[in-house]
This record gives sequence, structure tokens and C-alpha cells, in this order.
Amino acid sequence: MSVGQAEFRAAIFDPARDVPDGLVDPEGRPAGKRFDVYRNNVVVSLCNALAEAFPVIQKLLGAHNFGILAGHFVRQHPPSSPLIAHYGSALPGFLEGFAPVQNLGYLPDIARLELALRRAYHAANSTPADATALQAMPPERLLVTRFTLAPSVQLVASDWPIAAIWRFNAEDGPKPEMRAETALLTRPEFDPVLTALTPAGGVFVEALRNGQSLGEALEAAAAIEPEFDLSPAFSALVSGGAITEISEDPLP
Amino acid sequence: MLDATSQRSLPLAPGIGYKPQHFAEILRDSGPVRWLEIHAENYMGDGGRPIAQLRHLVERFPISVHGVGLSIGGEAPLDAEHLARLRHLVDWLNPASFSEHLAWSSHEAAFLNDLLPLPYTQATLTRVADHIDQLQEALGRQMLLENPSTYLAFAESEMEETDFLREIAQRTGCGLLLDINNVFVSCTNQKLDPRGYIADFPLDLVGEVHLGGHDEQEDEHGAPLLIDSHGAEVVDPVWTLYAETIAAMGPRPSLIEWDTDVPEWPVLAAEAERAAHILAQVAP
Repeated sequence: MSVGQAEFRAAIFDPARDVPDGLVDPEGRPAGKRFDVYRNNVVVSLCNALAEAFPVIQKLLGAHNFGILAGHFVRQHPPSSPLIAHYGSALPGFLEGFAPVQNLGYLPDIARLELALRRAYHAANSTPADATALQAMPPERLLVTRFTLAPSVQLVASDWPIAAIWRFNAEDGPKPEMRAETALLTRPEFDPVLTALTPAGGVFVEALRNGQSLGEALEAAAAIEPEFDLSPAFSALVSGGAITEISEDPLP
Repeated sequence: MLDATSQRSLPLAPGIGYKPQHFAEILRDSGPVRWLEIHAENYMGDGGRPIAQLRHLVERFPISVHGVGLSIGGEAPLDAEHLARLRHLVDWLNPASFSEHLAWSSHEAAFLNDLLPLPYTQATLTRVADHIDQLQEALGRQMLLENPSTYLAFAESEMEETDFLREIAQRTGCGLLLDINNVFVSCTNQKLDPRGYIADFPLDLVGEVHLGGHDEQEDEHGAPLLIDSHGAEVVDPVWTLYAETIAAMGPRPSLIEWDTDVPEWPVLAAEAERAAHILAQVAP
């Protein structure tokens, strides 16, 4: 007669399962539709959380199809923590394996971008370093300079034009053209700013974030794009307040 | 700033469940609203706008932290990481009050994002009391435990909800948060008299009152089935029950909760005004 929480949970996520025996209405009859209130609360609230977290995925699929997909997702991947603002980290992988959306190859990376937007939004605050000092620095010193990047800086590399697709859907941006993009997110104050980088630009920022010197980062970027120009990526970092510390290697 | 020993209490006045879209209006003129309640889980990020807003608000208003994710009624031990996050929030914010629910929401690493019901048995009583002891020890303060909205009952239950809550409070020293809408919803759904429930409730332990809206449905037998939606105005019978309860126990900090389809600020302020009017009729 005792209803355990494992049994309760299993019935919540499986509408085909019988309502557990021992859950009753005021007359002592089986709970029936009353149990469905909990089923509905759980699934609808999680689907709503996903819709709020992945607005561009929802727009790309349409609300109806997104609802079907979300219903599958929340049953297979319920949140592992009560921090609902970060729910959905398993969505990109789920989209990769979900047969009905295989024709939309960019969806998983758009989901990664939407996750990164939330990480940037909730990241710790930071104070930008004074980048004006760099202007006076001779090139040989610049090349051995290393940077600490803000915790809000996020990178999402893709074979698809994900920044353009995101802008097209979220901000009525121009129609995307096919190319590979790495999305860079910075957060000057409270709102994340999206910058589209070339794949080499992404490699460059990633190298800086990993503590490599400017020279090393340039080398890494030039390995995949010989004519690499650092200025779009570097100015996005500076204007986004993303550089929090500047340090120089001792000169050899 | 507050020093560590000063723990403010909530005023015997209306409060509002804080929503970020109302930030500017609240700071400009909060009208009858004298305090704010936040959901703890929305302020556990490392930084950014939510934390910055909260730092502003706590300078201006007493804040009540309302947890919705600890799963105090869970069969499993409390989530140590989540407990640490709650402790961190309460430590830096030093809120006027902390409350959680008589419910469970997590099982085997899955968080169900709803307040799920419990059987009222000795086993549940022991487990919930242990969890509350652990929480109060971690936070270094008394908490308030909220009565749930329920849609069904457990055949195995051995005691009334009011007796269960009283026993929990006696064992742990916690206070109670009386949600009048939950009383109305649960009593309707359980075919009980809400006035009888209030008469049996240990009103002297109530540190805060909640008021919110619900939806009306029917079960498959045609019996009324009220759903706690927090998405509408407080209905008249709930206002009546609130006024009677306040008259019986004296004024209490009283919160308007509106979490889905959140309206414009003036709608919330009008609900708070209604609570203020009822509170004003009772001497503290």
C-alpha cells in the first residue's frame, strides 16, 4: 500500500504506466486524473523551462514541433539539479541523435550557443584591465604578453554560420551565408554580446584563454588561416571588457 | 551594511514575489509593498544581472528567501551541494526569512520541478524532521515550513496534515508558512472544510502567509479539482479565509504570489493593497 518515490517518479514520466496503487481521492477511489495534475505540472514546467532557455531552437522548429521534442527530452533527460536556469546541457547531444531533426545539421550547435548565452549571463562579474597600455607597447613585447579572460567569455565553434543563424532568428539579422563560424560571447556589463569569428579567430581566443602568449595564439590561428588578422577578435575582447589581466613574460 | 548578528524580520505588511521585469517600478514606488520574496534557486549564479539586482533590493527591502528545490520530503538524503548553495546565499544576503516546502521534488538525481506530495506517516515525520534539523543547522537560523497544495491523498497516511505540521514544528523548532490559497485548494480537493483546517492549524507558529491564484477543473467523477497555478488573482473565498485567519491570529507578513503569466506591476500592487486593507483592520 505504501507508495515510494521511485514508483511515483516512474509513473510521472511514463503516461502509459498505471497510477500507483495507494494514491486516492477523498472517497478512497484510485487517484486517476488527480495524479495527471502532477504529471502535467512536471512535464509542462520542464518544457516551459526549455522553451525559455532555447528560444531560437523553438523558433527554428516552431512551437508545436518544439513541444513534441521537449516532451521526449524532459522524460529522457530530467534536470539533475534544481538550478533550472542551467537546464538543458544534454540538449545538443539529444538533438544530434533525434531522427526527425537530422536534416537541420546546425541545430545542436545553435543549442550549444543558447547554453553558452546563459552561462555568460550568470557568470561572475569581472573588472576589465586597462588595455590602453597595449597601444604603447613595441611589437616584440606585445608578442610575449599573456591575458586573463573574464569568466563570462564563451566560445562555440561550428561548421555552420551559427552566429548569423542566431541573429537572423533572434534579431532579424541578414540571411545567413554558408560558412563556418565560431561564436564569441563577451559580457561588457550584464547582457552578453555575440561576435562572429572565423574558425581561426576562435582558435586565437581559445589559445589566449588557455594562457598562451599573443605570439603563440597568433601562430595557432595562422596554422589554419595563413592570412589571419587578429583585429576583429582582439577588438571584440577589448570592447567587451573581456580582458581582465595583462601580464608580460620576462624578455629572453 | 548589516552586521552578522542583526537578522531583520519581515514587517507585518504585504510583500510580493519579486519578478525582474518589475525591478524599476519597485524601486521607483513600491506602493503598499513593504518586502519582497525571491526564489532561492534563481539567485545561485556566480554574478550578472540577477545578483546585481538582488544586491540593490536588499538595501531597500527586507527579503524573504523561499526555496523551491531542496526536496525536504525526499526519501534520499538532502543534496549536499544544494544545501551549500543555500547556505552561501543566506550568508551573503542575510535575509529576513527563509522558507521551504513540505514536499519532495528530487529522486535519484532527477529534479522534477514540482512540489510533490507526501504520505503523513511516522516514517515521513522522522525523515522530514531530520532534514529540517540539518537545514537549520547548515543555515544557522530557523526556517518556516509551508503547507502544500495537494491533489490526491495517500491511503497509507496516518494523521492530518495540520497535526503533521505541528509535530514537525515541535520536533525541529521550525516555524510555519501558512499558504491560505493552498489551504483552500487542498481542502477543496480533499473534501475538507478550510475553516476547520485553519481552526486545527497551530497559528501561533505562523511567521508568514502566502496568497495566490488557482485554476478550477473537475476530476473524472465531477468533483472539483483546484490547481495551484500562481497565475491569477486571489479569489474572493480565499480573501475571506485570509481575513478570518488574520482576525484570529493577528497580522502577519503576507505575500502575493504570481509566478506564471505575470501581470503588470499595478495588478500586483492592487492585490497587495487588498491585503494591506485587511491587515489594517487588525491590531498587532
